[in-house]
Amino acid sequence: MSTAVRTSKTFDFGPLDAVLGFLAGDTLLRISSGFIRNVMVPIIAIGVFLVLWSVGAAQVQTSLGQLPGPSKAWEQAVALYDEHKVERQKEAEFYERVEARVEKAIAAGQPQDRIDRMRERQYTGKPTFFDQILTSLYTVATGFLIGSLIAIPIGIVTGMSQTLYSAMNPIIQVFKPVSPLAWLPLVTMVVSAVYVTDDPMFDKSFLNSALTVTLCCLWPTVINTTVGVSSVSKDLINVSRVLRLSWFTKTVKIVLPSSIPMIFTGLRLSLGIGWMVLIAAEMLAQNPGLGKFVWDEFQNGSSNSLARIMVAVVVIGLIGYLLDRGMLSLQKHFSWDKNAVLR
Amino acid sequence: MSYLDIDHVSITFPTDKGPLNVLNDVYLNVEKGEFVSLIGHSGCGKSTVLNIVAGLLRATEGGVVLEAKEVDEPGPDRAVVFQNHSLLPWLSVYDNVRLAVDRVFKKTMSKAERDAWTRHNLELVHMDHALDRRPDEISGGMKQRVGIARALAMQPKVLLMDEPFGALDSLTRTHMQDSLMEIQSQLNNTVIMITHDVDEAVLLSDRIVMMTNGPSATIGEILHIDLPRPRDRLELAEDPTYNHYRAEVVKFLHERHERPKAKSSPVIRSSVDDEDAEPSPRKLRVAV
Repeated sequence: MSTAVRTSKTFDFGPLDAVLGFLAGDTLLRISSGFIRNVMVPIIAIGVFLVLWSVGAAQVQTSLGQLPGPSKAWEQAVALYDEHKVERQKEAEFYERVEARVEKAIAAGQPQDRIDRMRERQYTGKPTFFDQILTSLYTVATGFLIGSLIAIPIGIVTGMSQTLYSAMNPIIQVFKPVSPLAWLPLVTMVVSAVYVTDDPMFDKSFLNSALTVTLCCLWPTVINTTVGVSSVSKDLINVSRVLRLSWFTKTVKIVLPSSIPMIFTGLRLSLGIGWMVLIAAEMLAQNPGLGKFVWDEFQNGSSNSLARIMVAVVVIGLIGYLLDRGMLSLQKHFSWDKNAVLR
Repeated sequence: MSYLDIDHVSITFPTDKGPLNVLNDVYLNVEKGEFVSLIGHSGCGKSTVLNIVAGLLRATEGGVVLEAKEVDEPGPDRAVVFQNHSLLPWLSVYDNVRLAVDRVFKKTMSKAERDAWTRHNLELVHMDHALDRRPDEISGGMKQRVGIARALAMQPKVLLMDEPFGALDSLTRTHMQDSLMEIQSQLNNTVIMITHDVDEAVLLSDRIVMMTNGPSATIGEILHIDLPRPRDRLELAEDPTYNHYRAEVVKFLHERHERPKAKSSPVIRSSVDDEDAEPSPRKLRVAV
């Protein structure tokens, strides 16, 4: 830093020295190491990856043509967005037409029930890529929420009772490694047998995927909650004994806060698994969502299909990443230990 | 019958290598307002005695009687100050104490009274400046002060302290001891404290209970500390009586800590007559 000291003394005048110091690399030296590590290195790494992708893809010749590189994938991403806009346009036009006809019918003095029926008519265009993303997000959120609502209470009671733990442990251990694909046929059959209504609130396909997600993302939350609850510091349990806290107060004031970090670890694992499971379930069961998009493109087999699938792969990854970040910030919000390093 | 009777308590834990007799026939009477220290080598079962009095452990034989009622479960009338403070890390200093206050005085105090009582106890330990801090934002000594405030706020019949200052540096420890003496002079609680520190035991106690080494640990010797209060550590440092007491404890810890060979229940006798002209203390010793 000896050069830096000399430059900043050159004019003995604050602002000018600062400018000169900056030009001389004074400031740059100080901020650079953090900047390089946090911004430059990831950018370079992504660049290297893109280069490897385009070079590698160019070597592979498939029945659908050359494996697309990043530029081709980007083209298709833009195309998907354009299709989405066109589809929305069509939809808006459809409803405009419906509205126009309804007005005409009213003017002609048609009966009310007929007008209502006209209004009820839905647009039935094909779902775009972005529609599929929303469907997938909605499905995974439902499955994950149901799973968590079941898993956390189970984890708490099994963590607090050694007997219940012995009872639950074999069941948990056996069901934990079951692949979603094995659950799917069972879930499908059960849903179609049990969920019988004239006016369904949810589509069966939606329930199938959501429940499959639920079944697969129960286990990490159950296990981690159990571990978190059973490893509450013995001293804190003694405090609750000395205070003669009721079971409920003990759970709320001592056990739950102290196992929050483990519960969130479980929830994050569960959400990650749920997202992976969902894509597979959608592919297999032809439920709407990103998985179906990938499968449809694969069956479609046009020259653009592979690039579109790659777009989907990247988007699935990005969404999974964002979901995990979301859980992480939730965890940071709820965690009492603000000093803990979470990543 | 005295205020607190630890009545011929033995405890045996089942282990993989068979039963382990940790305490054998511990017998101690504590009067109201008395400050008793338990001192002994590590692993001799001092904490076990304390946990039995607290009700956290059940004695295999014998039992503990407090104000003519047998102790069979933990309760706020026997508040414990734990060695590692055991504050709830997600609650502020105030909320940690308030949790105990709410639990103990829910029916007898109004909300405002409970708030005032919480603040009062934190003032007592000089922690009223950090009410909203969390345990991980304050020093080890401060945490222990809050732990003491929490225990005091329960208005226990007996205050149990398990090496309360063991984890603190020596300067902080002396501050804490002075604070504890100051509080004790106001409240005159009945206290049982476990310690490793000979100076701490002599400075704070009315009686020092010295325990033999385990397994089958028991009370080896009981030393009455007949020093006037308030006690000042600087004055006492030169005091021959103080140093004599100190030497007695050190001698016990280094020489006479083996367990008594006699299996019979200990008979307590005075080794020195009360009217002895010698400045040496009145000393009770378990017959060997």
